[in-house]
Amino acid sequence: MQPIASGRETSSIPPQPSGGAPVARPRRIRQLYTGWAPYAFLSPYLALTAVFFVYPFLNAISLAFYQTNGPRTRVFVGLQNFQFLLTDEVFHTALWNTTVFACASVFLQLPLSMGLALLLNRGNDRIKGFFRLILFSPNLVGQIFVGILFGVLFTPRYGLINRVFHALFQWGLEERWLDNPNLVMPAIVLTSLWIWVGFNMVYFLAALQTVDKNLEEAARIDGANAWQVFWHVTLPSMRHVVVFVVIMSVIGSYQLFELPLALFHENGGFGPDNSALTVIGYLNFVAFNSGDLGLGSAVGWVVACIIFTISLIQIRIARVAKE
Amino acid sequence: MNSLQILLLVLLAIFLVLYVSSPQRPRRAFRFARWVLLGMASVAVLAPFVWLVAAIFKDKTVLNEYLFFPPLGHWSLETMNLDNFVELFRGKPSIQGTVHFWQYALNSTVFATVSTCTQLFFSSLAGYALAKYDFRGKGPLMIFMLGSMMIPQVLLLAPIYEMAVDLGMVDTLWGLILPHVVSAYGIFLFRQACMSIPNDMLDAGRIDGASELRIYFALVMPLVRPMAAAFCLVSFLGNWNAFFAPNIFLHSQDKLTLPIILNLYVNEYSADYGVFLAGTALAIIPPAILFFALQKEFISGLTSGSVKG
Repeated sequence: MQPIASGRETSSIPPQPSGGAPVARPRRIRQLYTGWAPYAFLSPYLALTAVFFVYPFLNAISLAFYQTNGPRTRVFVGLQNFQFLLTDEVFHTALWNTTVFACASVFLQLPLSMGLALLLNRGNDRIKGFFRLILFSPNLVGQIFVGILFGVLFTPRYGLINRVFHALFQWGLEERWLDNPNLVMPAIVLTSLWIWVGFNMVYFLAALQTVDKNLEEAARIDGANAWQVFWHVTLPSMRHVVVFVVIMSVIGSYQLFELPLALFHENGGFGPDNSALTVIGYLNFVAFNSGDLGLGSAVGWVVACIIFTISLIQIRIARVAKE
Repeated sequence: MNSLQILLLVLLAIFLVLYVSSPQRPRRAFRFARWVLLGMASVAVLAPFVWLVAAIFKDKTVLNEYLFFPPLGHWSLETMNLDNFVELFRGKPSIQGTVHFWQYALNSTVFATVSTCTQLFFSSLAGYALAKYDFRGKGPLMIFMLGSMMIPQVLLLAPIYEMAVDLGMVDTLWGLILPHVVSAYGIFLFRQACMSIPNDMLDAGRIDGASELRIYFALVMPLVRPMAAAFCLVSFLGNWNAFFAPNIFLHSQDKLTLPIILNLYVNEYSADYGVFLAGTALAIIPPAILFFALQKEFISGLTSGSVKG
């Protein structure tokens, strides 16, 4: 991602005065307008952010220290919400499931996206556009639809996925993906691959097009094999995008909620033995089903801290890897 | 051995033959392998769509009998019909009176369109201001904005819900639209896009006497069209398919959006998958049309924000 730009960078160079016109004149035109225009343009954002971000944000800080029963009644409980989360095994399961999913996203989904992008990068533009269109298309379908649709595809004996596994590996025709706690996470990951491999591929493909072909050619002439060229030349050249996509994937993974909710709609998104429960699913349950918005806020803070820490670590790793 | 395995073996054999025939220059073999792998990925992605299209026209009783479409000889009104759509369009009785499918579609359309338009307008306006003006407090504002993008939305959902209850915005589309009228992510994207507009161009407009707002509409917006298209699509997809917030905010039957009501079809109304799938197929159409229309701009806009970095 772009580093935070300082204000100076954007200051414009005043237009060159033509002939002998005084330099001050065009400058004054700019300054006259900069007086109110940017504030006016930003005022809707500032007003709405104050009401719908800053205020709820401050509220979320305090809410985490309260126990509520519905939106009306609240009791101050100090750190008890966080203590409860430390000891609640259901929350630990949810955290573990979400972490497993995040790892699968980074170490399975992104390499697959990268592989497809590399395969596609050689083709001409029309072929590229064609395959990109196909591979991106699952993103048009909402997660809630995908989840329920794939729930049907995972039907034992009749489901499309069960039949394909049976045809390929002579395995899994009768497998109950959604009832077997060991197969729940693979089912979620498989579904998520269908949705997001193409999405991340679009980013990688765009980044691959900016890589200097001469640099790769030079490495090849020096005797590097295909893997070495990729690992030492191509990947470092597109590291900005890789860091961006990895961070977005981790953030997205920790916010996973709708997909398991829809896949396991028959038991409220929990799955057998809570094996499909994610942290946001847990938040949704305690805050909006049980009415304890305070505990929900505490869960939100835990998620925010995890996302923030992992993002910082990744940015740090990327910086070290650069040197 | 079944046909699928035989097909895979044949493809593998062709690859080996190509490779062995000219081991010095294996390019042909690799090119073949590339097409096969891309083809398989495409088939894997498209198969659920084909299954979906087949499923919505199949009768309930034969949904599982045939994997995709029934063989042509078996086509009849007992196997292929429009029962799912008939059931989908039949009104549902509720406390708010009989509600028809088009009501949910209308709710979704209003919610997604209004949200997308306001997000597009206010985010691009703010992004332009941040990219092309110097003013007091700009640095801190940028830091605040980027920082706010790091905060997960779910953290704010509980307090926003509490506030919505106080303001009487629960169970209204406005309660859903207002908190997201402008998005920090959108501002960031538009700021990136506006940075590349030459200042001379804006100043030329000023010298010609155009007002600041006029410059934004007539000069800036046409130049950031690809980003506007990309943002439109992303925003529309997000709003059209939104489930978490609408599920919490909306209660009345006649105010529900498509994801909520279709989810109810499998959860509360007798697990009717055929009807759900028919509704899903219809719900994919508007985003698909938008995607095909904006495809080219979408790819360039979506990636420019990150790739330039």
